[in-house]
Amino acid sequence: MVRLLSILAIGTLVAACSSSGDRQPEAPVIEKQGNTPDLAGNNKAQPDTKPDTRTITTVTPDKVDELTVGVLAKRSIYFDLDSFDIKPEFRPIVEAHATYLRKNPGRKVVVEGNTDERGSREYNLSLGQKRAEAVKKMLSLLGVPESQLEAVSFGEEKPKAAGKDDASYAENRRGDLSYRAQ
Amino acid sequence: MSRIFFLVALLLTALASPTQAQMTIEFSGAGARQYSIAITTFPGEAALPESLTQVVRADLERSGLFKLVDSAGIAPVPSEPSQVKFSDWTAKSADFLAIGSVVPAPDGRLTVRVRLLDIVKQTELGNFAFTLAPALTRVTAHRVADEIYEKITGEKGFFNTKIAYVKKSGARFDLIVADSDGQNEQSALTSREPIISPEWSPDGNRLAYVSFENRKPQVWVHEIYTSKRTLVANFKGSNSAPAWSPNGRELAVVLTLSGASQLYIVPSAGGEPRRLATSNAIDTEPCYSPDGSTIYFTSDRGGGPQIYRIAAGGGDARRVTFKGAYNVSPKVSPDGKSLAYVSRNSGLFQVATLDLANGQEQLLTDTVKDESPSFAPNGKMILYATEVGGKGVLAAVSSDGRVKQRLSVSAADAREPAWGPFTK
Repeated sequence: MVRLLSILAIGTLVAACSSSGDRQPEAPVIEKQGNTPDLAGNNKAQPDTKPDTRTITTVTPDKVDELTVGVLAKRSIYFDLDSFDIKPEFRPIVEAHATYLRKNPGRKVVVEGNTDERGSREYNLSLGQKRAEAVKKMLSLLGVPESQLEAVSFGEEKPKAAGKDDASYAENRRGDLSYRAQ
Repeated sequence: MSRIFFLVALLLTALASPTQAQMTIEFSGAGARQYSIAITTFPGEAALPESLTQVVRADLERSGLFKLVDSAGIAPVPSEPSQVKFSDWTAKSADFLAIGSVVPAPDGRLTVRVRLLDIVKQTELGNFAFTLAPALTRVTAHRVADEIYEKITGEKGFFNTKIAYVKKSGARFDLIVADSDGQNEQSALTSREPIISPEWSPDGNRLAYVSFENRKPQVWVHEIYTSKRTLVANFKGSNSAPAWSPNGRELAVVLTLSGASQLYIVPSAGGEPRRLATSNAIDTEPCYSPDGSTIYFTSDRGGGPQIYRIAAGGGDARRVTFKGAYNVSPKVSPDGKSLAYVSRNSGLFQVATLDLANGQEQLLTDTVKDESPSFAPNGKMILYATEVGGKGVLAAVSSDGRVKQRLSVSAADAREPAWGPFTK
């Protein structure tokens, strides 16, 4: 529900931005002047009406990026302690991204592996790589070409949760799908 | 507690630099053998910006191998051996005495002359001099301490050496180069993204490290005195864990070209990688033996991570550590006879050493989140990173485990230390 609200909020914000961005400067209010008598009751000749050369361009909202909605908006695959297996509940996410990548051969994704902070930084970098490779391998098995995929590791270096408790550690045992600039 | 326990905190104000913070050094413990030494305050020292002999005393004392004897009450203070009355110093139980002077040199600099005497044998052990600009007081003091240390212990001193480490302040990462006592720190690289695994080139002029500045780990070689940087490993996937070959021409690195983390050799100027070993597990943290013949590394090919070795030209890997389920981050001692590494015991991560000849293991530390051990170039101390009160600090322990030091930077996390080679 919170997520839905925030999507709506972002939608409203986008709409607000695009309308204000395209708004023309406000036309000055000009009272229509006919050949009305002046206060003295004299009729005066008025200048000719000039053609309005301004044009109006139709604005359509940007096409919604498929990656920002539904299952494709989910980019994180969580792992158990000392585990590199993709749990059943995360398979639909990987499958959806595989489908998307097959339909969009110009898109490239980097799978970023992460670990909790316990132990050697370099060994953790390798453990994070193993998680990233597990996700990459599943994408590959689902038909995504190698040229669209890269697996890298951040090890314990870029923790999402800063705490030193089991919940934070669990949050940091993760593979993230990161789409890079096309 | 039966043994003598010292706890001395030296709060040293650092020299001016924007990245400078106060570095606190604490030490405890004493070497198996302690040499008692008196070091007089040298006449003429007042011309220097800080007391040279005080830096010498602090260096020697922090090593845990020296017991300082106060020279109070001896007047006049001798500055030449002919002025020394040996009975004055035997009465103070001093086995050694360093005297000297600071005098202006003809070129406007200053000359420090040091005479080192063996009080017990009533002989002169050393007579040496350095000429210095006043701004180089600390470096000169470290050189004096190195001379005294070597003349008395027979081992080369490590005071005039550099350390590198990564300092994290908020979201900022700095690759710091500092003197071995943590002073005179300078930032070689500042980044919004993590930096890990700095390693000194054998010539002490370059650092290899892993930087995440391009949203993936890449291996760089950085000439610290020219600021020239070269990306030496930027292959698809992750690039990490650089280790210099003893001749400085090659780096062992970890690449993921085949999926898993595997060992490769690349030229230290960059170039094509050559695969060193093949396993279907994680192989990482390579480290050359000093003679360049062997590479020690961490692998989980047997289940949990353990230390293995392989010939530097390739071949079969042999397991080296057997005790415990988690042994990582090997470093070979400068004499090639032992390994320092991190061992996990009941959830605690501690620095340990392994005697490669007899397989004897020794846990050295009482800290519990140890990482990244690194030998002093004379092999007598091991610098490492640990955590105290949730904050990353650097610590050092003597290779016999008897002397412990802690260096902490205020308001920042210190991590990933690497002790540089002897200064040439």
